[in-house]
Amino acid sequence: MGMESDIELINKDGTRLDGRKANELRPITIEAGVLTQAVGSAYVEWGGNKVYAGIYGPKEAHPRHKQKQTQAIIQCRYNMAPFSVNDRKRPGPDRRSTEISKVVAEALEQVLFLERFPRAAFEVQMEVVQAAAGTRCAALTAASVALADAGVPMRDLIPSCASGKVADTVILDLDQKEDNFGQADLPVAIIPRTGEVVLLQMDGDLSQKEFPVALDMAIEGCKEVYKLQREALARRYSDTSTDGGEA
Amino acid sequence: MAAVAQIMANIKRDHLNKLIEKGERVDGRGLNDYREATVVQNLIDTAEGSAMVTLGDTRLMAGVKMLLGEPYPDTFDKGVMTTNVELTPIGHLLFEAGPPREHAIELSRVTDRGIRESGAIDLKKLCIEPHEKVWIVFIDVHILDHDGNLFDAASLAALAALNCTMVPAERHELGKDYPLPMTCKPLNCTSALINGKLLVDPTYEEEQVMEGRITVSTDEKGILRAMQKGHGGGFSPELVKEAVKHATERTAPLRKLLEEAK
Repeated sequence: MGMESDIELINKDGTRLDGRKANELRPITIEAGVLTQAVGSAYVEWGGNKVYAGIYGPKEAHPRHKQKQTQAIIQCRYNMAPFSVNDRKRPGPDRRSTEISKVVAEALEQVLFLERFPRAAFEVQMEVVQAAAGTRCAALTAASVALADAGVPMRDLIPSCASGKVADTVILDLDQKEDNFGQADLPVAIIPRTGEVVLLQMDGDLSQKEFPVALDMAIEGCKEVYKLQREALARRYSDTSTDGGEA
Repeated sequence: MAAVAQIMANIKRDHLNKLIEKGERVDGRGLNDYREATVVQNLIDTAEGSAMVTLGDTRLMAGVKMLLGEPYPDTFDKGVMTTNVELTPIGHLLFEAGPPREHAIELSRVTDRGIRESGAIDLKKLCIEPHEKVWIVFIDVHILDHDGNLFDAASLAALAALNCTMVPAERHELGKDYPLPMTCKPLNCTSALINGKLLVDPTYEEEQVMEGRITVSTDEKGILRAMQKGHGGGFSPELVKEAVKHATERTAPLRKLLEEAK
């Protein structure tokens, strides 16, 4: 964010460098149930982002002092592979990934029936294998599909999407260049059934006038992502013809 | 190995043992049969080379990154390589986040050894200025799904990623990008010892009942490049020789797979 550049991020006809309109998402594909060990899993390709999510649990929360007597806890881990970025990332957690893990867990808490699993833990593992701006949105989107794939009782899925500002224009779903040279980034996640915002971060500069526009745009983006999430789950569970009638 | 050991019912353990006595396995394979493997290269644009490898239900992703740095004083005219295999918690219930434990370090080192000791990467050609500037090759392997035999899968993934690695010379204004210079193709083959018999390519379940394992790294000429006995158990010299024989035979189809992946 905020790097100066000579690049024209918005073309004269209002389209963006990759040809998208201001309120257009990058191509997104979501696949549910891609791993065998994890209880539930999902793979999301979102523009240049490639993210796996895997769920383990409910299981006994460990270490013990983290257990809650009346409900389950969520243990989220957002992790970037060393080869997922241009300059190799040192393996292991850092401040950024720890913060993302925290806000993602807090968002997911809002839709899980945690009170049904006292003293238990749900592990939510997110592995970013290729990063190109917007990984936290892609990771949260994948995580909630993986939780549904695991059969964890949920009030709703959580879709996530960012909006932002480049060249004084409010746009949806910033790509790598727009993120690097843009003016603002506003990742958002919602519970579509209630409309509540459960993740919100922002950096850069947005005027009082621009903010509501950007927020509405991000929420509209979330709704599109929501559709793709539900389609992915439907695909995974609609074809039961090969399961010998067990389903 | 304790880090990834799970409790297994005796009845299942007995069943596995009995099958192996008859020369059979739970998934229908013969003792010397490898599972079906797949290799897909260059899935990751941000890596200099990458590969996704599956071995049955085991799934790994390897990525190679290259940076410029200083050589070690004792190998001042050679590039540097490091190998890191992460037991990423997404891959198994019992993989935990945090600093690598014994098992992960053994896995990283055995993967590293096959490549390093065979001189698979031509490190001399990765020297730009002796004592000053050389290429550093980072091989990172991520385990997405663990259904056994990570040793063989990690070496296959690492080699597949190295095979398609382009040295990012342009980014550092050192001329045109060029393929990473490789001299040979070392691959691991692991044999597990169960009930006095050897079986190749153990699944996770089989690893829970095995007494020991031997991993042998051979190159395409059948030359031995690195070995590791692990997990416990004792092998008769005959069984050790048998494991070595498996190594050349069982890696042949994997080599073909690597050729086809290109």
